[in-house]
Amino acid sequence: MTIVREPMWDDAPRSRTQALCRHLLQFLSTLGWTARILVSSIAAFPSVLIRRSGRADFAAQLYIVGIRTLPVITVVSLFIGMILALQVGLELRRFNQEIYLGAAVMLTLLREMGPFACGISLAACVGSAIAAELGTMKVNDEIAALEIMSISPIRYLAAPRLLALIVMAPILAFYCSVIGTLGGGIVGSTQLNVFFQQYISSALSIAETKDLFVGLLKAGVFGMLIGTVSVAEGFGTKLGATGVGRSTQQSVIVNFLLILMFGYMITRVFYR
Amino acid sequence: MSKLIEFCDVVKKFNGIPVLNGVTFSVEKGEVLCIVGPSGTGKSVTLKHLVRLLTPTSGSVIVDGVDVATCSDAELVKLRDRIGYLFQGGALLAWMTVAENVALPLEECTKLPDREIAVRVRHALRAVELVGAADKYPTEISGGMQKRAGLARAVVRESDIVLYDEPTSGLDPVTSITINRLIKKLNKELGITSIVVTHDLQGALAIADRILLLKGGKAVECSTPAEFTQSQKPDVREFLAAMKGETT
Repeated sequence: MTIVREPMWDDAPRSRTQALCRHLLQFLSTLGWTARILVSSIAAFPSVLIRRSGRADFAAQLYIVGIRTLPVITVVSLFIGMILALQVGLELRRFNQEIYLGAAVMLTLLREMGPFACGISLAACVGSAIAAELGTMKVNDEIAALEIMSISPIRYLAAPRLLALIVMAPILAFYCSVIGTLGGGIVGSTQLNVFFQQYISSALSIAETKDLFVGLLKAGVFGMLIGTVSVAEGFGTKLGATGVGRSTQQSVIVNFLLILMFGYMITRVFYR
Repeated sequence: MSKLIEFCDVVKKFNGIPVLNGVTFSVEKGEVLCIVGPSGTGKSVTLKHLVRLLTPTSGSVIVDGVDVATCSDAELVKLRDRIGYLFQGGALLAWMTVAENVALPLEECTKLPDREIAVRVRHALRAVELVGAADKYPTEISGGMQKRAGLARAVVRESDIVLYDEPTSGLDPVTSITINRLIKKLNKELGITSIVVTHDLQGALAIADRILLLKGGKAVECSTPAEFTQSQKPDVREFLAAMKGETT
């Protein structure tokens, strides 16, 4: 698969209608190209794991995705848990049902907010960095240099990043849920008079295995989306430094939108 | 000598505007061809057609009997394996040392043992006089050294064709002379066929077997350095006068 692409048309559009049609075709072509990046990257996963240099790249990406984002993800999920506990707890207190605070927080985090917090953190921290890094490589001719050396940018650059995101996103989503639940517990015990032990037992009594697995599936899908969109935006960068900025911004926007849309769709499929 | 590279009436348009407008020339095996001309006349675009980073709107680009624009992906890989390409900025990967950058095509595209790769890398770095900078990162070395490292990477696979995109642009005269000498040395010692896109006319006159002048997307002159400087074609005279004015 070729990454350095030429414009689809050599000539200028002759009318506004033609220009509009070309924009539409360009959009569809970019969608198809992004899908091809995903499929080609998945096909390259075995090659990444077999080659020594591939394993080293994959390990480096696991570190970037999993370890370097931990501080941000910890803070984000802690505060999400605390906000959730406060909002839900105040409502539950009106009905004297504070004992269900743990269950409410845990369920929300496992099913929705854990994967969501993980997804937006990864899109902001990792996705944007991938788009900027690959975009800079594109405008500096490094991607073209790899292609000329017959080194597939998909195998060499895209696949290790995508694989690391798919592997780490569910782990981080689970971590988000745990930290968020603890944050909720702190708020419950300090501000809502819910004993921490009572909070935890309530949380554990209601959560089902399905909730955990749907959350992990969601996070895995988010990881795949973030990796694919960010790599495609990076590889599609044109026009120098301005283009790098645009690709980075675009990757964050598209990732946020896709996380929301796919989050809803997966919930709709599993909870009817 | 036999024709290794042929450009046959190549037209390349961007957004309806022709950048190359019927360019025809050929390069013989073991030859150094320098492409000169004003900015924006399609010199780098010409080079990119040889490795299918661009494809012609019409016309054909033939490298050793293979039509680059229409050949299969497998043929393209084989062709690219024979071609080294030195980009303007070197295009080195920033997270790798100079030696790792040079070793990259061998590690990724061959099954050579590590020891053999190390020997070849050392040999390539010695050829470009960069052994001392082997463990430095691209950001820690000068622009000239980056270009030399890019050159080492371009020839480490023992390519028989090397394409140079403005190898001396932005460099001081001393470094430019060093780079030009290297190009000639590689051509003489290894028989590498070279196409050099350059603004450095003095350098081109020193290293080229033939000089091609591109103007307005057309090849207006292709001759030996002696013939080039004596040419009475108005475009060549104008170009030489402009370059002379620039150097005085």
